[in-house]
Amino acid sequence: MSKTSRTSITMPATAKKDSIIEIRAIAQHDMESGFRYTEGGKLIPRDIIRTFTCTYNNVEVFKADFYSGIGANPLIIFTTIAVESGTLEFRWAGDDGYEAVNQSHITVS
Amino acid sequence: MLASLISMGAAKAVPPSQQSSYELMSAENKAMQDDPSLNPAMFWVGDGESLWQQKVGPQSKSCSACHGDAKKSMRGVATQYPKVIKGKLQTLEGQINQCRVGAQSVPALAYESKDLLALTAFIAFQSKGMPITVSESSANAPFMKKGRQTFYERMGQLNLSCAQCHEDRAGLKLGGSPIPQGHPNAYPIYRLEWQTLGSVQRRLRNCMSGVRAQQFEYGSPEMAQLELFLMWRARGLPLESPGVRP
Repeated sequence: MSKTSRTSITMPATAKKDSIIEIRAIAQHDMESGFRYTEGGKLIPRDIIRTFTCTYNNVEVFKADFYSGIGANPLIIFTTIAVESGTLEFRWAGDDGYEAVNQSHITVS
Repeated sequence: MLASLISMGAAKAVPPSQQSSYELMSAENKAMQDDPSLNPAMFWVGDGESLWQQKVGPQSKSCSACHGDAKKSMRGVATQYPKVIKGKLQTLEGQINQCRVGAQSVPALAYESKDLLALTAFIAFQSKGMPITVSESSANAPFMKKGRQTFYERMGQLNLSCAQCHEDRAGLKLGGSPIPQGHPNAYPIYRLEWQTLGSVQRRLRNCMSGVRAQQFEYGSPEMAQLELFLMWRARGLPLESPGVRP
């Protein structure tokens, strides 16, 4: 897996104050479990995303730990409360120095 | 026996009502295919879009140098393949590699490699929603005949033909899973079982290993002939590429 990869965020660009917004975050990643062998019998080293965090104007609002059982190209759907206008930052970090960052802006009225 | 099977098949080759295997999926899987923000195959479409612009080879030539904007030039293209070009039956993947070797002077991409899947997905995506237009012609008739023969021919230790499952028993169940009619109208597909994108040839090899038969090689003439027959059999069905399947 390359050290960076494509990610995609789907969330509303605008929201009413104190309403619940749904956020979808998907990352392109093979999620090699570390339990598989090559045809030659050699163990394929584990290469997975370990953590996913979402910060909302630098306040952490969601965090997930990933393990070997999670499939490729993991999709996370979660909700948060639209408290103020600003930026949501999404960060995926994993084995072999993998890191991907994505941002999305929201206007709260 | 074989002859009677083939003639019987020729009459039956068009199912009374064609059904995409999309119809057999759960609501969640349907949503995954329909919503670009959920469909993992869209990553490959994005990669394919970058590859389309990438200048490669000694002449530093990109796909777009000849074909321009794929949204215009590649619209409807995937609905016509496999196609006879200069006497050779060419699949979409085969044609991409033909362009690479012939026009860009770079080595052909391996089947099921990320780059070939990405380019195929990007090109097929330009025809999403358009009906398959493969028809029988004097040029493709000999290939079609061989493809049809493969479809109705028993193979492997289980001694089964494609038709026995995907025509005679389509809509019934194999174990817990519904048997689809076997139309190649969503390829390349993101198959959840594979955890990745795969070509129609990978899927066909799947079935061949399932009946314990010798698998056709990737990119072989036999594969292209079978693919041609299957696309003709699915003519009129809208392309769903890139599809999601369980």
